[in-house]
Amino acid sequence: MCNVCGCGEGEVHIDGQDPHAHDHSHAHTPDHHPDHSHDHGPGHGHAHDHEPPQAGHLDYGSGPARAHAPGLSQGRMVQIEQNVLEKNDAYAATNRAALRDRGILALNLVSSPGSGKTTLLTRTIEALGGHYPVAVIEGDQQTTNDADKIRATGAPTVQINTGKGCHLDAHMVGHALESLAPEADGVMFIENVGNLVCPAAFDLGEAAKVAILSVTEGEDKPLKYPDMFHRADLMVLNKVDLLPHLDFDVAQCLAYAQQVNPGLEVVRLSATTGEGMDSWLDWIAGRRRHLLEGLAGELEERAARARAAAEAPPR
Amino acid sequence: MHELALAESVLQILEEQAAVKGYTRVKTVHLEVGGLSCVEPEALRFQFEAVTRGSLAEGARLAINRVPGEGWCLPCARSVAVASFLAPCPRCGRYEVQVTGGEELQIKELEVE
Repeated sequence: MCNVCGCGEGEVHIDGQDPHAHDHSHAHTPDHHPDHSHDHGPGHGHAHDHEPPQAGHLDYGSGPARAHAPGLSQGRMVQIEQNVLEKNDAYAATNRAALRDRGILALNLVSSPGSGKTTLLTRTIEALGGHYPVAVIEGDQQTTNDADKIRATGAPTVQINTGKGCHLDAHMVGHALESLAPEADGVMFIENVGNLVCPAAFDLGEAAKVAILSVTEGEDKPLKYPDMFHRADLMVLNKVDLLPHLDFDVAQCLAYAQQVNPGLEVVRLSATTGEGMDSWLDWIAGRRRHLLEGLAGELEERAARARAAAEAPPR
Repeated sequence: MHELALAESVLQILEEQAAVKGYTRVKTVHLEVGGLSCVEPEALRFQFEAVTRGSLAEGARLAINRVPGEGWCLPCARSVAVASFLAPCPRCGRYEVQVTGGEELQIKELEVE
């Protein structure tokens, strides 16, 4: 059973399918298989059939109490030093490496519900269409409505329904990547669950996080949800066409955003009128170029080493 | 709400380590939680109690050690304490602080039997 995403509970669905219904011959991080191959029942500690250092030696005098008294706890201390998010982070690292190797720029789009993520995505795909391959992973608690809207643009899309879950995690995204198989050297958007709290804790393996804030939400959102804005690389200030009708102080909003994240880049945009779309598309293009140039540099270096090795004297 | 997933991850680690370290019950879990991590300790306690019911860690205590946030203030060119992502540098009052620590969520040790 997968405790990271709760797949075993039957709540998570990728395009309506249980991601664990297929066989597990695909490559996962080494610590993945044991989860699926043997499910430890609650309270089943395995002390009987393994030979751990302390097993087979019930020393009642070695606990903190230093003596055995009926009813008194005989605990001992075990050092484990393990990061609670270690599994998620390992899946994220696998996703990141796989995406980078294929020259794919992955962007994790995070926002409140209703900030205009899906409209921004459809407009972005329309603008990028034909220039380079675009693929989308859609995350929502329920329905395939958003994936249906994105698919209408022609971009390959996979919908993840998190069931009761409040965020996407790297394990779900890994499964989605298997069925999506995004084309090399393109851009992949991950539309996270509309939530400015929980998705902040889970690295998905993306190249960058993009926080979308619409001007109808209030300029203090970056202060109210600092964890998310602190971890974002870019903030898209969306729906700026509505500014004349609102009491929204753009300068104040940007000041708040810089307060929680001094390095945050900002694009002001209206997905409806197209204002600011060029800056957003330029930002994506810049990130993509940077990733591809880095990859090309590494491959050239590798090729040079292989060539030098091949040309070494035969004996 | 994501504390549920984190509590499940803690339990999963406890169950995996049971075989390795040879224990059948967990009494106390010593956790280090950074002041700048995405974790609300009380929510984590609540969810941990719920997910460990019927497990080897039922009734176990979560001993949470809060680790203060740390950052590097660019204008001061020195390490400073960071109370929150909203807080300015305690020395110069500016916001040009890069967070360098206090985002951890780590199990340090367990009291087991």
